[in-house]
Amino acid sequence: MKRLVKDESLCVGCHNCEEACAKAFTKTEDRSKACLRIEGMAKTNDVQMRVCTQCGICASVCNTGVIQQNKQGVYMINKKECVGCYMCVGFCPEQVMYYVDGRNEPGKCTACGICVKACPVGALSIQDV
Amino acid sequence: MIKMCDIRKYHDVDPAEIQRMKEAHVVLNHVDYKPQPIVKGYTDKILTIDVTDASVKIADIPAEVKEKFTGGKGYCLRYLWDATNANTRWDSPENEIVMSAGPIAGITQYAGTGKMLVCTISPMTDIPIDSNVGGFFGPYLKFSGFDAIELKGQAEEDVIIVIDGNKGTISVEKAPLEHMDAHLMGEELTAMYADNENDRKHVAVVCAGSAAEHCNISMLNFTFYDPNRGVVRLKQAGRGGIGRVFRHKKIKAVVCKYQGIKNDLNNVHDISIINKTGVKYHREMATQDPKQNNMRKIGTANTMKILNDYDILPTHNFKFGGTPNIAEMHPQVFIEKWLTQGAADGCWYGCSMACAKAADHFELLTGPYKGQKVVVDGPEYETAAGVGPNCGITDPQVILELNFYCDTYGLDTISWGTMCAFLMECYENGILNKERTGGLELNFGNAAAALELIHLTAKNEGFGKIAALGSHKQKELFIKNGWGDAAFLNDIAMEQKGLEYSEYGSKESLAQQGGYGLTNKGPQHDEAWLIFMDQVNNQIPTFDDKAEALYYYPRFRTWFGLVGLCKLPWNDVVPENNALTDEPAKVPEHVDNYLNLFYGVTGKKIDREELLVMSERVYNFQRIFNIRLGKGLRKHDAIPYRSMGPVTEEEYLSRQERYDGQLVTKVGFTKEQVAAMSLAEKMAETRKYREGEYEKLINAVYPKRGWTMNGVPTIEHLKKIGMDLPELIEIVEPLQNLEP
Ligand code: SF4
Ligand code: SF4
Ligand code: SF4
Repeated sequence: MKRLVKDESLCVGCHNCEEACAKAFTKTEDRSKACLRIEGMAKTNDVQMRVCTQCGICASVCNTGVIQQNKQGVYMINKKECVGCYMCVGFCPEQVMYYVDGRNEPGKCTACGICVKACPVGALSIQDV
Repeated sequence: MIKMCDIRKYHDVDPAEIQRMKEAHVVLNHVDYKPQPIVKGYTDKILTIDVTDASVKIADIPAEVKEKFTGGKGYCLRYLWDATNANTRWDSPENEIVMSAGPIAGITQYAGTGKMLVCTISPMTDIPIDSNVGGFFGPYLKFSGFDAIELKGQAEEDVIIVIDGNKGTISVEKAPLEHMDAHLMGEELTAMYADNENDRKHVAVVCAGSAAEHCNISMLNFTFYDPNRGVVRLKQAGRGGIGRVFRHKKIKAVVCKYQGIKNDLNNVHDISIINKTGVKYHREMATQDPKQNNMRKIGTANTMKILNDYDILPTHNFKFGGTPNIAEMHPQVFIEKWLTQGAADGCWYGCSMACAKAADHFELLTGPYKGQKVVVDGPEYETAAGVGPNCGITDPQVILELNFYCDTYGLDTISWGTMCAFLMECYENGILNKERTGGLELNFGNAAAALELIHLTAKNEGFGKIAALGSHKQKELFIKNGWGDAAFLNDIAMEQKGLEYSEYGSKESLAQQGGYGLTNKGPQHDEAWLIFMDQVNNQIPTFDDKAEALYYYPRFRTWFGLVGLCKLPWNDVVPENNALTDEPAKVPEHVDNYLNLFYGVTGKKIDREELLVMSERVYNFQRIFNIRLGKGLRKHDAIPYRSMGPVTEEEYLSRQERYDGQLVTKVGFTKEQVAAMSLAEKMAETRKYREGEYEKLINAVYPKRGWTMNGVPTIEHLKKIGMDLPELIEIVEPLQNLEP
């Protein structure tokens, strides 16, 4: 299964990854619209990273059945069929899905790697696990 | 444990068979229309179909109606009133089935936002019945351009009505071949009107079932297609015999199709507040439900054990409040053995409470579908308790089988359970015997006899013809036949106004006695579900608290049915800090969520008090509607003694310590006096006391509600709430000073 993997020991809390993700998918600078979360203070060495583990809980709560695994094992939303209920957003245990007012479908990590490229210290990687 | 990921898809219907059914349709009327776009939750249009001549009419809903009646049940009652008169009965051609979803219905971001209200003049009570139901029909009808639909008249042959909200077409068609039973007809019509498998979720069907042809306690099934299982699921507008009216009109089904479900089809005023409120609620469900009620695992049946422990679970026709066999049907048994876990079981999109559980590939052991493997929707608490312990049955497999057959035959599980329990008690008391039942040994706990009875009822054969009447008419029949003592029958038949009780033993909860007795439609708990608050959580301990609750909750809870909401997400799971709020019983944070949703959809800012007034208007309208039809006065709010106290010695003795104690602590006898009393004396004193308390409760509640001591809304009160409509004044004016 392809997924994003974090290494908290390397993260410096610069938020570049969140910004890159938000920019790529919602064209905003608003970091809350990213599919990963960096919290805490780098200075005090207590940064927490939350990334999508491809656990599939979002898919299991969707009563429209529109979140399905692709060939690489990544859970993808079928935007055309999604009814915009945001149950998946509320149930994601990592809290890394987001919604944007006025856009029906929520956002979910597709393991695209844009954040990986934006990270200056290599705290993120796409791996086959 | 059965897990969703292991569930095989269900067998498909045969396309050739569907084709043959479709070809047999004869179009009686076809109308093209331009679907009215929704603006802030409303289309302001009503669709009227008269099946007598298959005519179709689309009309505007006037602004005054919207202002006074809000939508949903308000609209249903308003239009039902206008279509009928004081002499209309359930089978009069002018009687209508009116359905309306309400302004909030159809948003997808919050739990329980797909409810539709259905009203008609009931064959059981002869007054309006209202029933709320999930499934897709309500929202799809609105997306198709209609806030409400009225079905009137009487067709000569079976017809179906098909509304396509994308194409803008309505057709009324003769439809002779589809099966009558709902699990089949639901699949057949869904497949018939879907372009392909993926399209099935865009088709919503309303139908009854084969028993509705002749059985008063028949309901309407509303479908929703479950794409994860690949099967049509059923939800019910259960109460009051609406299915009977539907079939009397010879309506076989109403189908509504709408493609393209998104979260802003309501064209809401402020989507941001709706999104925010919705995600907050979903998060709360994710974190709190597993710690609180496990609604997502078992649905409303989670309460079975606790109600048993608190002496509330109706057992043997409400004689007792629990069963020694509770372990057999413990919620955990349903979770571990019967109900599929991990499924997204919302009856509308976005319902994170997801209580619409199902038993999958359940093999039927009796009846016309014996040996087949089906999906069973439920059992909801009321079903499990009613067809289960109330009839002395605790085997989950039998409960599921009865649940399935009630649904597919179109029988209301609550009425069925309560009515069957009544028949069983009659049997055990010799009021019925094998000769009178045609050989059925209707003892409590005889599962085979209960199943046989349901099949006979569906076929309208043998004793099934008597079962089909419902408790009220059965009681009259038994009295007429000289079977049993009238006073005893009146005490034990758990019906009021003609409707069977829902499944809570209310003997030890005065508040719930009022919650049943002081209702508009009859003893259904949806107006004032106070039993938990009163007896389990002890949140309304004093007499005044109970009276106040009977003023507040019917108004608060009526509101759900005006706007298109399900009540369960309000208090079946509560915010983590709810206990710390001023009034935990009211779940203040959720009330605020609802105010936000109403504002977000309609743009109208209301506060908690205004919410109550919206309901109060409709509530009083319904009361006066009852009066117009000959009920709705104090005498009609009387309740059977079984719901108040012990009718039989066996019942008294089963709780002797408690009842003896109450003769001291509540009635005022000394311990010595009680010790000297005979059982008959103790029972008589207990009865006198309890009946007196109920009357006192009425005396306290009516004035709060703005009613006279005879239960008639005062003109002054109607003025205060803006409901001094001439047609209402005309009815209540002559009754203002009438003593009860
Ligand atoms: S978005 Fe959340 S729920 Fe969905 S797979 Fe990723 S971590 Fe799991
Ligand atoms: S928002 Fe879309 S993907 Fe998420 S649960 Fe709802 S329908 Fe499924
Ligand atoms: S809580 Fe249950 S009944 Fe209410 S809307 Fe959700 S699934 Fe339907």
